[in-house]
Amino acid sequence: MTGGAIGGGGGGESSPASGAADVSAPGALTASSAGVRADALSEIGGGTSQDMAVSAVDVHKRFGRVEVLKGVSVDVARGEVVVLIGPSGSGKTTLLRCINHFETVDQGRIYVDGRLIGYRTDGRGRLVEERAKAIALQRAEIGFVFQHFNLYPNKSVLENVTLGPRKVRKMSRDEADEVGRTLLTRVGLDAKVDAYPVQLSGGQKQRVAIARALAMQPKLILFDEPTSALDPEMIGEVLEVMRDLASEGMTMVVVSHEMGFAREVADRVVMMDDGMIVEHGRPAELFDRPGHERTRAFLAKIL
Amino acid sequence: MAMIATVGLHFDSHFFWTSLLHPSSAFLQGLWATVYLSVVAQFLATVLGLVIALARRSKLSPVRALAWGYTWIMRGTPLLVQLALVYFGLAAAGIYRFSNLTVGPVTIPGEVQAAIFTFTLNEAAYMGEIIRAALGAVDPGQLEAAMSTGMTPARAMQLVVVPQAVRFVIPPLGNDFNAMMKNTSLASIIGVQELFLVSEQVSSVTFNTFEIYLVASLYYLALTTVWSVIQAVIERRIDRKWGIERTRWRRSASWSRRWSVIDAGLGT
Repeated sequence: MTGGAIGGGGGGESSPASGAADVSAPGALTASSAGVRADALSEIGGGTSQDMAVSAVDVHKRFGRVEVLKGVSVDVARGEVVVLIGPSGSGKTTLLRCINHFETVDQGRIYVDGRLIGYRTDGRGRLVEERAKAIALQRAEIGFVFQHFNLYPNKSVLENVTLGPRKVRKMSRDEADEVGRTLLTRVGLDAKVDAYPVQLSGGQKQRVAIARALAMQPKLILFDEPTSALDPEMIGEVLEVMRDLASEGMTMVVVSHEMGFAREVADRVVMMDDGMIVEHGRPAELFDRPGHERTRAFLAKIL
Repeated sequence: MAMIATVGLHFDSHFFWTSLLHPSSAFLQGLWATVYLSVVAQFLATVLGLVIALARRSKLSPVRALAWGYTWIMRGTPLLVQLALVYFGLAAAGIYRFSNLTVGPVTIPGEVQAAIFTFTLNEAAYMGEIIRAALGAVDPGQLEAAMSTGMTPARAMQLVVVPQAVRFVIPPLGNDFNAMMKNTSLASIIGVQELFLVSEQVSSVTFNTFEIYLVASLYYLALTTVWSVIQAVIERRIDRKWGIERTRWRRSASWSRRWSVIDAGLGT
């Protein structure tokens, strides 16, 4: 199920799975200060794992003086469910937000479906940030589910789901409504199509948010702590929807503290700490026989 | 009945009631001028205010500085002085003279153009601040949510953020429009035949000064009252559109007053 995908370790180690990804000397990739952007990046070999849904190569990210990601490399195969775990501040969410270019990266690069995300090569062969339009097109293929749902409060449940298809995919209202109703039925909210977000429970809101992401027919969906803001009794219904998605073959990268979900649904669990990947592996292995002390300590605290 | 017999105080109640209930056509025209001056200027100021608010959020620092400077000057000088400067000042310096403009069947007097122009520019500075605050009040997660479905930042602003900001704009806009209707009386100094100038003219002809200004006050009060009602209706309609139950005093069975459902968390 993991499709041979192996995430790289921390500290700029290259990813063996991406055979062609010859990561050039890290010394050439300089990110000396907070302001360093893509144009400071040097070109890395072109042919990166085309068969991977996500391929992150030596990703560095800095907020001011704090280096939040210190060279993270990880691959996600198509149809794979990867759960990112780790203590808060370990960089899980930042990594997730880099994958759809909500955050720029200071060094390294991220490919989704074999295409570089957020950057292009300019006339002089340097990497520059893509134009807004091109970034938007890339994001349309990547679903994102937020911790705090971020439903549009001034729109009905159905409108929340159909806005993207109508405005970005130029779908007609009738067609979009049909797609929306189908998806809302799928997440068990067909009775709520005309409701407004304020009238929904947290669990229902998150299920609408998942339907909204699905409406764009994404190649993968990123989940940023999708159940952290929920009351305990509502966590189950959201995880249920996610479990269904996983079983239907959706590629998912999930930042979560739900170890039960990770153990049951994840193909692979990636443990992060201090901006680096500590270890990764099948959930059973990682949870039962963690290879690193930091993983053991983290699991001991939360389990 | 006709007079209040207080020493030194003279009140022509017949004149008062006639002016109030059967105003002259000149008075009604003045009232109309007050209304349309306010509505047109407020509308244009809102549009210009949006531009200023967006400019203040621009990535380009000269654009931000320009918008800031505009706001600084417009809010920092008196409206009355601005009116005089635009109408008398520009003409005196030979820069621009506002003259009557005929568009189809209607003629817009020069002083009315100057008044609309000045009120718009002045109010736009305030609207810019109001809209800027309203845009800032919309949860940044809304922009990200829209962008996650493939919208560019500009499109996400247009389709998701700005419509939500409207809810935060209405109450302070209502406040400003209330002030606008009263401030149009300042246009009398450049000769705009609005409610106050007409009243002044009635006063100087009839010497019923107290009565006519009292009538004018009541008409201003009526205008602002009507506006409060309209504003409340708009606010309620927007809240309903968001599925929010309004806070309202409601009598329970025991006749005691209690709060009804209070608007639950807006953001998420």
